[in-house]
Amino acid sequence: MKVLEIQSVSKSYSNHLALDDVSLAVPEGKIFGLLGPNGAGKTSLIRIINQITMPDKGQVLFKGQKLNSEHISQIGYLPEERGLYKKMKVGEQALYLAQLKGLTEKEAKIALRKWFERFEITPWWNKKVEELSKGMAQKIQFITTVLHQPKLLIFDEPFSGFDPINASIIKDEILRLKNQGTSIIFSTHRMESVEELCDHIALIDQSKKILDGQLNEIREQYKQQIYQIDFASTELSFLNTLPEHLKLIKSSNNQAEIQIVDQSTASELIRFLLDQSDLKGFEEKIPTVNEIFIRTVKENLS
Amino acid sequence: MNKIILIIKREYVSRVRKKSFIVLTILGPVLMASLMLTPLLMDSSDSELRTVWLCDESGLFEDKFNNTEAIRTKVFTESVEQVKLLFNESDAFTLVHIPDTIKISISDLENKINVYAHKPISYANKRLISRNVESVIESIKLKNEGLTRETINKTRASVSLNTIILGNSGTEKSGSTENAMGLSMAGGFLIYIFIFLYGAMVMRGVMEEKTSRIVEIIISSVKPFQLMMGKIIGVALVGFTQFALWILLTFVLSSLATSYLMNPAELNPTELIDGAELILQEGANEQNVLASILTELQSINLSFLLLMFLFYFVGGYLMYGSLFAAVGAAVDSETDTQQFMIPITIPLIFSFIALQTILENPDSSLAFWCSIIPFTSPIVMMGRLPFDPPMWEIALSMVLLIIGFIFTSWIAGRIYRVGILMYGQKVSYKTLWKWIKQS
Repeated sequence: MKVLEIQSVSKSYSNHLALDDVSLAVPEGKIFGLLGPNGAGKTSLIRIINQITMPDKGQVLFKGQKLNSEHISQIGYLPEERGLYKKMKVGEQALYLAQLKGLTEKEAKIALRKWFERFEITPWWNKKVEELSKGMAQKIQFITTVLHQPKLLIFDEPFSGFDPINASIIKDEILRLKNQGTSIIFSTHRMESVEELCDHIALIDQSKKILDGQLNEIREQYKQQIYQIDFASTELSFLNTLPEHLKLIKSSNNQAEIQIVDQSTASELIRFLLDQSDLKGFEEKIPTVNEIFIRTVKENLS
Repeated sequence: MNKIILIIKREYVSRVRKKSFIVLTILGPVLMASLMLTPLLMDSSDSELRTVWLCDESGLFEDKFNNTEAIRTKVFTESVEQVKLLFNESDAFTLVHIPDTIKISISDLENKINVYAHKPISYANKRLISRNVESVIESIKLKNEGLTRETINKTRASVSLNTIILGNSGTEKSGSTENAMGLSMAGGFLIYIFIFLYGAMVMRGVMEEKTSRIVEIIISSVKPFQLMMGKIIGVALVGFTQFALWILLTFVLSSLATSYLMNPAELNPTELIDGAELILQEGANEQNVLASILTELQSINLSFLLLMFLFYFVGGYLMYGSLFAAVGAAVDSETDTQQFMIPITIPLIFSFIALQTILENPDSSLAFWCSIIPFTSPIVMMGRLPFDPPMWEIALSMVLLIIGFIFTSWIAGRIYRVGILMYGQKVSYKTLWKWIKQS
């Protein structure tokens, strides 16, 4: 089941093309990583999903229905560039934003109280936002984003401005929301958090989608037959005279990374190595999202 | 619809609760009152007794110099040189030297009078002295011509015109241009002030939302146009509240001030009776004046004027308010607003200046066009209304103002929608035009 389907959406601004025939499907109850270099068109896409702007071409379906204003209350959005009214009190502001999302004042109050207790920030209720630190304000923003229990959440760099402790609190909350069945679109430049959280990723570069699929499948797909080997001894001079079909990526002390450049198998590599030295460990290197990101974007450039 | 009310409520409540609002609301009438009271206070503080020395070589002025409450004269017959020395050691206010008329003619005397003083003297005091001298010289001249002051006074004429406006159907009504002009100036001025004061408030509000980056969160819940209109309406309600409080406070303050200044307990019994009579008389006089003003105002049709005032007040504000909002959305900081403020402020200032000339000639073509074009009509039509412009002109002006409001809010909405999400871009008129065209 797809919570959101983006069907060949294009969007251009006065001076450039922001999205060029982009199609995506966001699966329900999963975390969907939306990646791409700066200026690739991620924010444009997110704004279209939030109905802040309209696509020039193509359409967006929310649970199979054409996106319309009734879906606003089912989507929660934490923009990358975010702020609050500085002079307004925390509680009032959270109430206001919740009511704009369609909650009644009473519902909003009950839900807010729960969240404030959960984050142990009840004493902030009557403080003005300008009295809070940046991290504190980010917490309030997170709460206002998820408060109305949206079916789809969009987080654009949700961890920016948080210290490691608070970042991990937010991460746990995101995972908890996912377990409750919320679908999440997660846009970030922190690749390690993508690996940690995402089930599915899509990569947008230069207004086009260049990669899309389940994270583990993509990583499988991007394997390059590189193996990491731990040797028993540090005497590894044989690595300098490897046969043609093997390529040394790097070596240090008793460790080395070797790539198989032809069709030969890992077993053949092990057999070859055993002839030279004793092995303590042998493992295939699965590419990190970071590596995949850099590789695809570079390939796309050429 | 529900959401726009939420926005209006927030805009209103957050502003009305601000310290600056409360301070300005209280300070406004106090400032006004002090502006009106200062001249009175200044006047009374200047009333200390001053001595004027008169060195009169001509002998014409002796006794004729008026001793007022503020000025006491002392006449010397010694030579100027001697008196000057004496004056230098005294603390007298001024020394007036009038030369001997044997040597010069009476007309030449007018330019030969010197005033000596320890420090520069004020215009008012100079006036006082010259008036005294003038009246003496005048009576001498009159005498030379064989006339007396009484004859002159008897021949004076004073004319006050009664304007009566003849209606088409032969009806007559007295029209007072003074009161009408006063009313329409006040109306136009109020609209002018309101647009500037609260239009700027709308602009700053939009800029605050943009720079604090909350705007993206909000417009993921409501349409940008709803946010813009909510803000404009919310600020208008703030303005109405402030104006109402100002009027109320001014009324309370002025009635408090008058009752304090005319505190009857401070008068002694006999004075009290005289004073009471005086007050009664004055009251009666005031009532007469008030009644005559009221009847004159009725001839202008007060309720119609009030309705029109409300219409142009609200219409003008809404039309300019959305433009102010667009400017706020287009820029990143207050310093960048200048270039876009010019086309907004120029028609406003122009119409305010035009209003004054139009009052002198309410049926000129300048008056006609200015009261039809929506950018100037709110202020100018207010000025023309008391002069009974044709009904079709009023209707046309009103319809055009409504169309103008729809037009500016459409334009502003399109600039606003794009502008609030643009950061760090140098915006020119060309970019604004692109935003307007953008779908």
